[in-house]
Amino acid sequence: MNGARLVWTPWAVLAGFGCAAAASFIYLGVNFVDLFSGESARQMAAFAHGFYPPDVSPEFLRRVGRGAAETLSMSALGTLLAVLAGAVFALPASGRWGWPVRPLARIVLNVLRSIPELVWAAFMVLAAGLGPLAGCLALAVHTSGVLGRLFAETLENAPAEPAAALRQAGSGATIAFFYGTLPVVLPQFVSYALYRWEYNIRMAAVLGFVGAGGLGQMLYTSLAWFQTHGAATIILAMIAIVTVVDLLSAWLRRFLGQSSAQA
Amino acid sequence: MTTAAALAAPRDPALGPRLALTLVALVLLWPAVQIAEFNPLTLLEPKNLSAMARFLGTFFPMALSADFLHLVARSALETLALATAGMALAIALGFPLAIAVSESLSISRIGPARGAWLGPLARAPVRGLLILMRSIPEIVWALLFVRAVGLGPAAGVLAIAINYAGMLGKVYFEIFEAGDTRPARAILESGGGRVNAFFYGVVPVALPEIVSYSVYRWECAIRASVVMGFVGAGGLGQQMELSIRMLNGGEVSTMLVVFLLLVLVADVISALLRKVLR
Repeated sequence: MNGARLVWTPWAVLAGFGCAAAASFIYLGVNFVDLFSGESARQMAAFAHGFYPPDVSPEFLRRVGRGAAETLSMSALGTLLAVLAGAVFALPASGRWGWPVRPLARIVLNVLRSIPELVWAAFMVLAAGLGPLAGCLALAVHTSGVLGRLFAETLENAPAEPAAALRQAGSGATIAFFYGTLPVVLPQFVSYALYRWEYNIRMAAVLGFVGAGGLGQMLYTSLAWFQTHGAATIILAMIAIVTVVDLLSAWLRRFLGQSSAQA
Repeated sequence: MTTAAALAAPRDPALGPRLALTLVALVLLWPAVQIAEFNPLTLLEPKNLSAMARFLGTFFPMALSADFLHLVARSALETLALATAGMALAIALGFPLAIAVSESLSISRIGPARGAWLGPLARAPVRGLLILMRSIPEIVWALLFVRAVGLGPAAGVLAIAINYAGMLGKVYFEIFEAGDTRPARAILESGGGRVNAFFYGVVPVALPEIVSYSVYRWECAIRASVVMGFVGAGGLGQQMELSIRMLNGGEVSTMLVVFLLLVLVADVISALLRKVLR
């Protein structure tokens, strides 16, 4: 019976998905065949062709470099702030300060985490004005939710013996935490933080679409002003950043001998 | 407590190096602080503070008029449809691409064959195409398609289709290769055609995992399509962006709640289906 279930369930799920997809196409009412045939296909081809060649004038490349530096800085600072805030939230969320604050801290972390970075960025643009500061804060807020939960889980799973030994030898709670618990969880914290930084670099590249600085903001404005050659350069820069970060993190993981952290 | 003081009295032997490391990190970060124009005091400027306070103040009460709820429901449904349709196109596009780069059906692997050099040569550009499709983020695709086909859900569907096809192609390929290739091999070696080898050798082994991963991606597509609306690609995101721009906090808070519910429902459905598939 189990064998039969294994054979048929995937097909049943596929069939259900097929029906849902058909309903979706009907609901949206977009004719994708028309979109890729005749006049609109020619327009689309002309649009795509307009991106070639990329703008490689030294002056523009310097601006792209500046945008890339802004993107990297945003992601680094945002992640760093999130590590600090996440660590602070993780203490109550791991139940260290007793019952009433634990669920409260968890709710706060959940809210921070469930609102996507881009929505936070749109809010932060209102609070801090256009520019990389808004993106940095948006990344910090969302990522503290993610890291706070991961840190809290790490703290809960950490062995209690080293800290307990220090407490029994007469040390205070703070000392016991810093010398008994923190050294045990620190490698895991660092691994989570690096994984999240990698993710945030990608995210920082597109947060600018709502005005939060970096390459995204440049791409948005160049497309708005129909500077397609410049836009092509910026997209190439984004691909380059993503690829380099991918390679570096794969190398670093092998170097540190850690499996990739999942959130 | 006296013992605690006694414990703390011999200074931390690692204190010096730790302080030095922190100092170096701060110095290295300084350019980043400059470039990111990182000045949190901007938040406290009276102009920004009052604007934000006014915006946050309008978050409650939430906008609950029948007209608005109707609009939000329609946008949420559009988001759902957009993600599902995009996913369908992504599967339709990614599956053949994965077969194209897969070597599990390669005849030249059995032994010397005519034109054995052709296979790798044909696979390389397809692999490159997959990398290009997935390394441009979905929201960038969305922005490009909004320029190409106009505002609305069509741009979102195409963005998900292209970006996710790139990801699915890679993962399907990995599943084909990682699964048990002996059934397919046996069919090929006993003289069966490649089509037969694929449908009777590869698919039965790989299907549960492929469907399970696709369901997970569908869940991601729903999250992504909400965000993509911010550049005009339809659905709940597009409405939310409008409301934020109009500083209408009540509408924003309603839509945030609907968004969270939508993600939660997708989460539950996806977890349920994946449990059934296991």
